[in-house]
Amino acid sequence: MANPVLEIKNLRTSFNIKGNYYAAVDDVSLTVHENEVVAIVGESGCGKSALALSIMGLHNLKTTKLEGQVNFKSQNLLSLSASKLNKIRGKDLGMIFQDPMTALNPLATIGRQIEEPMDYHMKLSSAAKKKRTLELLRRVGIKNEQRIYSQYPHELSGGMRQRVVIAIALACDPVLLIADEPTTALDVTIQAQIMDLMKELQNQIKSGIILITHDLGVVAEMADRVAVMYAGEVVEIAEVRELFMNPLHPYTRSLLNSIPSNMEDKKALHVIEGIVPSIQKLDRTGCRFAPRVAWVPEHEHEESPTLHEVEPGHFVRCTCYKNFHFPEEKVGDESYVTTKS
Amino acid sequence: MLKFIIRRMLIMIPQLILLSLIIFVLAKAMPGDAVTGAFVSNPNATPEQMEKIRESFGLNDPWYVQYGHWIGKAVQGDFGMSFVHKQPVTHLLESRVANTLLLAAVTMIVTYIISIPLGIIAGRWTDTWADKIIVTYNYFAFATPLFVFALLMLFLFSFILGWFPSGGSVDIRIETGTWEYFVDKAKHLFLPVMSGALLATFGTIQYLRNDIIDTKLKDFVKTARSKGVPEGKVYTRHILRNSLLPIAAFLGLEITGLIGGSIFIESIFSYPGLGQLFIQSIGTRDFTVVTALVMISGTAVVVGTMLSDIILSIVDPRIRID
Repeated sequence: MANPVLEIKNLRTSFNIKGNYYAAVDDVSLTVHENEVVAIVGESGCGKSALALSIMGLHNLKTTKLEGQVNFKSQNLLSLSASKLNKIRGKDLGMIFQDPMTALNPLATIGRQIEEPMDYHMKLSSAAKKKRTLELLRRVGIKNEQRIYSQYPHELSGGMRQRVVIAIALACDPVLLIADEPTTALDVTIQAQIMDLMKELQNQIKSGIILITHDLGVVAEMADRVAVMYAGEVVEIAEVRELFMNPLHPYTRSLLNSIPSNMEDKKALHVIEGIVPSIQKLDRTGCRFAPRVAWVPEHEHEESPTLHEVEPGHFVRCTCYKNFHFPEEKVGDESYVTTKS
Repeated sequence: MLKFIIRRMLIMIPQLILLSLIIFVLAKAMPGDAVTGAFVSNPNATPEQMEKIRESFGLNDPWYVQYGHWIGKAVQGDFGMSFVHKQPVTHLLESRVANTLLLAAVTMIVTYIISIPLGIIAGRWTDTWADKIIVTYNYFAFATPLFVFALLMLFLFSFILGWFPSGGSVDIRIETGTWEYFVDKAKHLFLPVMSGALLATFGTIQYLRNDIIDTKLKDFVKTARSKGVPEGKVYTRHILRNSLLPIAAFLGLEITGLIGGSIFIESIFSYPGLGQLFIQSIGTRDFTVVTALVMISGTAVVVGTMLSDIILSIVDPRIRID
């Protein structure tokens, strides 16, 4: 296996809510290797974005507590001073944000915004910066780069802006890209274009990518490995093929079962009962998914669930996966095993 | 850009016409007229005599005739004769306009010098002791009536401590143009300017503070941080530029406030400016002077709004119209 670029060890990110700290990311460990796309999937509020912001050090430290380690280039990012972290952010770590409509400064030209990270991380003349910026714009698929260079964000469409956001992340050749739901705010046709662009870039730049998404289609297309998060924890982690072919955790299976399909003749869409618990009300002992699979007998769950390696590289939290079946499913019913394709 | 500025200036023409109409009609609607004002304390004037004077001044003509007459002269810089001072209004205003403009301009500059740094500190370091002190000061500034505060300043720094003169704009014995003249002028300006500026800061501080608190949570600030931009530069390059937009937008309003405030300030510090003249003229129903003064302050507001529009269009690409 290639060298690891990022090693997250027991990361816990807690937010201060009325004087108490509540963990939104709870004891997450994850490794990203060179040229590897690791997808993090889960519902809204499961802690995926909080995880991304923790890696980038973008949380407000007055109200956020970060514990554990985020090792990158043999340094723990969590213990770095702001100025040392600033030498890494934008250079080795690039971030692609969710909403291109708000991620760009409305008062600065596109050119300026792409050149800005170069100001701090590269010693280039302004002519060289401009040349590099125009090149980046072409690389993210913008054809009239000369014009776009001197335009402002409000003059561009959402898809174009997201290309610019990607160009900013790529400006200084990062070793690791963090893409926080890069297509969520775009409409479907543009989503496909941006995903194609991401895949193409991934082939060119060979950097590690953390792809945060709740779109399983995107995961299947791009990811090498997938971590499924629920209520701040990783509940299952596996190679992408393994995860889709052999999902084990009840949550993963529920997610896959909830995808509408035109291949099968299902009467109703599968719905996961209940809601994601808020981080204040979350019961932190026992299996966190238990309340949403109420039909599973209590003794099936572990008392303090840990990740079990069921296959090499395939980890599942808790023991409740072993005899898990959906209530409407007959034991041994092939159509429910998964979305085998 | 030039096209935008010219267009914006052309819009001022109808604004000013409308302004002059409203002012004229409102001034006409004031109870009494110049003749009443001039003879109010003169028991020897009979109503017949007063009526005769009215007729000779054209005060009995229909309002639109009077308006046409007035505006025709006004655009040539002639606002007529003051009924009370018996001299051309233009002549009466000449020296005072310069004094008031100086007072207003210095007050505005000092207001921004105080309020912009304070607003930035309060917005950037929210909920620190510095922020709390600034916000407290701000509420005091908001709640304190200008005339009370100005009197207090006058009492303390002029009457008790004797550091600054209590009135006037310059010592009459000092020769114009010398260094002493400049220093003395500054000394006379100090109290009126500080009285106005220390209270006028509240709007700017509050807007700037709130806008910075708002802007620093925006996504593009996260983008800037993710680029490795140092915190100080995140503020100067990204947050402040965005947060100063509302301040620029309020420039016109700020000017209006200054003009309103100058009436109190100039009366309290017996500063020979337009404000003082304004109060006197209303008391004596000096119609020509009042209309001229309101016209001047109204024009100042219209020009101020235009300035803030132009400044905004320079800073903010979204409202540039090409």
